[in-house]
Amino acid sequence: MKIWLIISAFMAMLVITASCQNDGQIEFNRFYSNGSVVYQAHCQNCHGAKGEGLQGLIPSLSDSTYLKNNKNTLACQLNGGLKGKITILNKEFEGEMPASKLSPLEIAQVLTYVTNSFGNKLGTVNTDRVNTDLAKCK
Amino acid sequence: MKNTGYIIALILLGCGCKFNDSTTKTLPIYGNKEPVTKTVNGKQVTDTVYQTIPAFKFVNQYGDTITEKSLEGKIYVADFFFTTCPTICPVMHRNMLPVYNEFKNNPDFRILSHSIDPKYDTVPVLKKYADKMGIAGNTWWLLHGNKDATYTIAKSYLVAVQEKNAQENYTHDGFFILIDKQKRIRGTYQGTDPAEVEKMTADIKILMAEPGQKAAK
Repeated sequence: MKIWLIISAFMAMLVITASCQNDGQIEFNRFYSNGSVVYQAHCQNCHGAKGEGLQGLIPSLSDSTYLKNNKNTLACQLNGGLKGKITILNKEFEGEMPASKLSPLEIAQVLTYVTNSFGNKLGTVNTDRVNTDLAKCK
Repeated sequence: MKNTGYIIALILLGCGCKFNDSTTKTLPIYGNKEPVTKTVNGKQVTDTVYQTIPAFKFVNQYGDTITEKSLEGKIYVADFFFTTCPTICPVMHRNMLPVYNEFKNNPDFRILSHSIDPKYDTVPVLKKYADKMGIAGNTWWLLHGNKDATYTIAKSYLVAVQEKNAQENYTHDGFFILIDKQKRIRGTYQGTDPAEVEKMTADIKILMAEPGQKAAK
């Protein structure tokens, strides 16, 4: 009798943890797949289908170190555009990225997509974080 | 008059044979065409006159003047773009790069990219763009010129370009136009579609092998 209780308690715990993980995974999948649609519509022309960029004109999106180091300002870059010199994969770029007209939700989706594609693996970027980051834009 | 009819029929027959012969593949000739009957040595001769690219004068990224004479004996591809274009231009030139790499060592081949925004795309801006694209030498010319001249020549390439519209954007077709050594239009390709651009590369090879297009000695 006791053993069944232990087993069922264990099973219940398993189910709960699994479903917790699932919630996170579901959110990630939702953001990632919507993000890929946003990417195709607003980013792909310049940055390419594989995030490869264009020679010395448009930077690649596969520099995981840059994305990680600038995690909290990526939303601002998308919102207000980007000007001036940046170094991506040891190459200097100095063009201008135009400001997007994306909503915070779309920014969260496309950042989730980009930072988890092209060899990047930085996890979900949710809308709360985007709003927090946007409030601190210079 | 009766003779003319026979001659036309003969020409058509000749064309028919040529097109059916799979070993000597040729590309079609596009644009307006009109039959012209002239008297040569007392005989009436009917010839088809094809649309050609008219004379022009532009400046490339090195500041060199480029005219129709610079393209004598050359097969070339033309397109229209501007360096700050955030829409189709990066896609077009991403697709053009393999074409450049394939033919950059062929002295009888050129790529002409006309800027439709001459105010911003000055010669130094075009040079910088070329450097960043990683293109050197004289295979790929980025052309600066009078806006009217550029917009006029676009029409002879059958390409539509338009000045700034309400959204402050330039609009233009993303076509790549293939021109032969007689300045006739031999192909139009959607420059934003990698598959079409691959077909263009194959067509350029077919064109280069045509009897009228062989390297001039």
